[in-house]
Amino acid sequence: MVDQIDLTMVNWARAQFALTAMYHWIFVPLTLGLSFIIAFFESIYIKTGNKEWKKIAKFWMTLFGINFAIGVATGIILEFEFGTNWSNYSWMVGDIFGAPLAVEGIAAFFLEATFFAVMFFGWERVSKKFHLFSTWMVAIGSNLSALWILVANGWMQYPIGMAFNPDTARFEMQDFWAILFSPVAISKFTHTTSSGFLFGSLFVITISSWYLLKGRHIQMARKSILVAAVFGLLSSGYVAFTGDEAAYNDAQKQPMKLAAFEGLYDGEKGAGLVAAGIINSSKKVGDDQDAFLFEIRIPWLLSLLANRDPGSFVPGIKDLVYGNEKENIMGADEKIKKGKIAVEQLALYKKAKKAGDSAGAEAALTVFNQNKEYLGFGYLNAPEEAVPPVSLVYYAFHIMVALGSLFPIIFIAYLFFTLKGTIIHQKWLLSIGVVSMFLGLAAQQCGWIVAEVGRQPWAIQDLLPVTIARTNLTAGTVQTTFFMFVAIFTLLLIAEIRIMLKQIQIGPEGK
Amino acid sequence: MFGNLDTTTLQQLWWIIDSLVGSLFLFLIFVQGGQTLLWQLGKANVEKSLIINSLGRKWEMTFTTLVLFGGALFAAFPKFYATSFGGAYWVWMLILFTFIVQAVSYEFRKKPNNFLGEKVYELFLFINGSVGILLIGAAVGTFFTGSNFVLNEYNFVTWTNPLRGLEAAFSLFNLSLGLFLVFNARLLGAMYLLNNIDFTGYEDFEARTRKAVLVNLLCALPFLLYFLISLVVMDGFGVDPKTGIVSMVSGKYLANLLSMPLVLIFLLAGLVLVIWGVVTTSFRGKNNGIWFGGLGTVLVGLAVFFTAGFNNTAFYPSKAALQSSLTIYNASSSHYTLTAMSYVALLIPVVLAYVVYVWYLMDAKKITAAEVTGEQADEMY
Ligand code: HDD
Ligand code: HEM
Ligand code: HEM
Repeated sequence: MVDQIDLTMVNWARAQFALTAMYHWIFVPLTLGLSFIIAFFESIYIKTGNKEWKKIAKFWMTLFGINFAIGVATGIILEFEFGTNWSNYSWMVGDIFGAPLAVEGIAAFFLEATFFAVMFFGWERVSKKFHLFSTWMVAIGSNLSALWILVANGWMQYPIGMAFNPDTARFEMQDFWAILFSPVAISKFTHTTSSGFLFGSLFVITISSWYLLKGRHIQMARKSILVAAVFGLLSSGYVAFTGDEAAYNDAQKQPMKLAAFEGLYDGEKGAGLVAAGIINSSKKVGDDQDAFLFEIRIPWLLSLLANRDPGSFVPGIKDLVYGNEKENIMGADEKIKKGKIAVEQLALYKKAKKAGDSAGAEAALTVFNQNKEYLGFGYLNAPEEAVPPVSLVYYAFHIMVALGSLFPIIFIAYLFFTLKGTIIHQKWLLSIGVVSMFLGLAAQQCGWIVAEVGRQPWAIQDLLPVTIARTNLTAGTVQTTFFMFVAIFTLLLIAEIRIMLKQIQIGPEGK
Repeated sequence: MFGNLDTTTLQQLWWIIDSLVGSLFLFLIFVQGGQTLLWQLGKANVEKSLIINSLGRKWEMTFTTLVLFGGALFAAFPKFYATSFGGAYWVWMLILFTFIVQAVSYEFRKKPNNFLGEKVYELFLFINGSVGILLIGAAVGTFFTGSNFVLNEYNFVTWTNPLRGLEAAFSLFNLSLGLFLVFNARLLGAMYLLNNIDFTGYEDFEARTRKAVLVNLLCALPFLLYFLISLVVMDGFGVDPKTGIVSMVSGKYLANLLSMPLVLIFLLAGLVLVIWGVVTTSFRGKNNGIWFGGLGTVLVGLAVFFTAGFNNTAFYPSKAALQSSLTIYNASSSHYTLTAMSYVALLIPVVLAYVVYVWYLMDAKKITAAEVTGEQADEMY
């Protein structure tokens, strides 16, 4: 399909996608969460008529606007990057993957864009009710945009609802609903949006705590904390619940990812969950080193989480690479063999078809169909290539989960002392609160590292390796744009941070 | 409903939908045009504020339309998406860069401690409105002049010019389309401002804006004429409907216009409407020229896209390998996807309806100087 594989180019393209996506993901979770929190504030204002709440809503709205602008700026790049850097991908799966992106534009971005202007500039131009409605529409629109992009991403992780068309050598959609309601898409959507709610709450906590420590804007800070702590606590429960669902889906659909983020090399029955541990980074699949230098394991738990059955077998990296007959698991080695046959027969089929040899085409197609499930593996050369970078995803996952256990405790503490009325005296808690937003950001980025790096080497799980997904560009070209993006996004990030800090310093009284 | 349509009809339907979104975009770049007028029209700070705030309530709409245009092309014509974005890499990247810097500029420009300073953000807006739109025009021009790509049997694209798309900007034809778009956007921008701002007490500013409408029309006309004359005399990329073989056909685009009278009418009516918008603004002192100019631009846009895509024409032709050229029939998604997307497209009228309603609500009262300088000034752009 792609004549020669230019690995340097592929790696720069990966780096570029990672860079732009991770930048986008600095701003998006805040949009997802803060938009709802602002809608809560404004709703309280409309309900109570208390102008104080309006001031609070407006203050957070200012910060929201600054963040939103740069979220949009980073987003447009991502959309077009599928075409610019992954053009073969875009062609091969555009049938399925393009649709959610288009729906996102029609059904979500316009809601956001339209009502955004009302939310900011409509206070004197539309009725109070309509303004409130607009604020809610911005929140709903943002989260709908998350829905569609995550449906697209969910499909990359677990491709269903489609079939390979040998004549065009591409995948075609067969069932829109299967793609939309895929369990992976649903858990991605629920987990990601709830983590955004959690993050928005942490953001409000961070800034409000800073005000309390400085003794400024005390009334507003306390009110904000109350709303954020309640919303944050509810969200963190939801995050844990949906995160568990995500891990369960990984076990079922992407067992290699699960094995990697658990550092599980040898599969076992009644597998234990690593609560904490230091991974042995020189460990390679197939050698007999220990996977961990040190670890604390909770027995049975991994099997329970992965298969909802404490005695069940959880395959390890080794089983998935070299196969495990006893457990009836086909290894990547075997899949590569079948995949090579599929690739070869596809070429034969095309050749025969071109030559008008219908019997030959028929024969090639029959063999192809027997092996087409493994087509993607045909582009790998060694079974070890099917293993993602283990330490990175392992640490990313464990940091995310550790932080996910910490956040509800923070929210409970805030809620407790706020209700008691003594939050302002809890300097230790407020100090934790001030950094909590940065922990939230770390958890966010870690989550995506698990999801995306854990999917390597696949762009589309088991079907399309990233090496084939690429555009025919030189490494130098991609490198140039990579550094252009680093420069421009860093510049804009610095600007955004300085503006934010200034606005925070000015505070709501300036309003 | 849509499932019963045959693939050809769906492909045509989707070319119409994509053309509509693209043409609406060409209208909505009045925002970009307005951005390039900022320094020229806004002499005093208040005037600048008025311009920025007036445009600032619409920029997202334009931006989102561009995003939708990309998404809709991806879904309906993925081969185009892959070939053009992956192939003409530099042109698209530069266009995107001008939109990245635009997206932050409204929000950041006036905010204290904004790191780069007010002028730089204004420069960003200017670049977006000039370079960005010029390159978009040049890219659209390649629908007629062709590009330098070869597709292999798996449709993997190889671009044969090292400039990767930027070479489009070195063709007089593409360039004149680009420049026409820039000036057209500027005249639309000026007409929009006249419609949107309350100029009471700022009569000089109003006069300057009104003058800009006519001046930009005069600047646009030579490029438009060059574009149109070249278009009707040039060879075009025709497709044999039976074999799918692409060949150069002399006078192809003129033939397209003549054999699709509706398209010709769109083109002529569009031009007349734009000119009428200018006339009524400049000579009759009216402020509603934007609606004529806007509708006119949409019609011209539709005519351009239809001429490129319909009547057995390759809409994204390759100069390097004729048979690699893309037509709406060989570049589209499958029947299933086009059908599913057609149902989704039923939402477009709903979206249009609420956009228009909110636009109407928000613009019922014009923006005044008092609003951008008064008590709420720190909430403004
Ligand atoms: C505040 C952020 C945050 C927190 C506290 C957590 N997560 Fe998370 N997680 C995310 C933010 C996130 C994310 C950034 O939103 C990801 C990236 C991809 C995705 O779907 O959501 C993610 C992905 C992600 C994945 C990978 C999904 C995939 O394969 O695509 C798993 C298995 C979990 N999470 C599991 C958990 C568990 C068990 C948590 C325990 C409480 C947890 N997450 C807390
Ligand atoms: C905004 C949150 C996201 C973040 C932070 C993120 C992060 C990453 C990272 C770190 C990589 C590089 C992986 C590697 O090469 O080792 C990557 C690659 C990629 N991601 Fe994501 N991702 C995000 C969302 C998405 C979504 C929603 C999609 C699709 C709809 C997507 C599609 C891709 C593609 C196509 C690549 C390049 C191919 C590859 O390396 O697999 N990403 N992303
Ligand atoms: C890698 C794939 C992604 C692509 C191609 C992408 C594309 C875009 C685009 C084009 C915009 C600007 C829209 C506008 O005109 O207003 C945008 C903004 C946005 N995106 Fe993404 N996005 C990606 C990942 C994500 C993810 C994973 C989420 C959420 C889970 C998300 C949520 C949002 C939201 C809420 C906005 C609104 C602006 C903001 O948050 O600041 N995006 N995105």
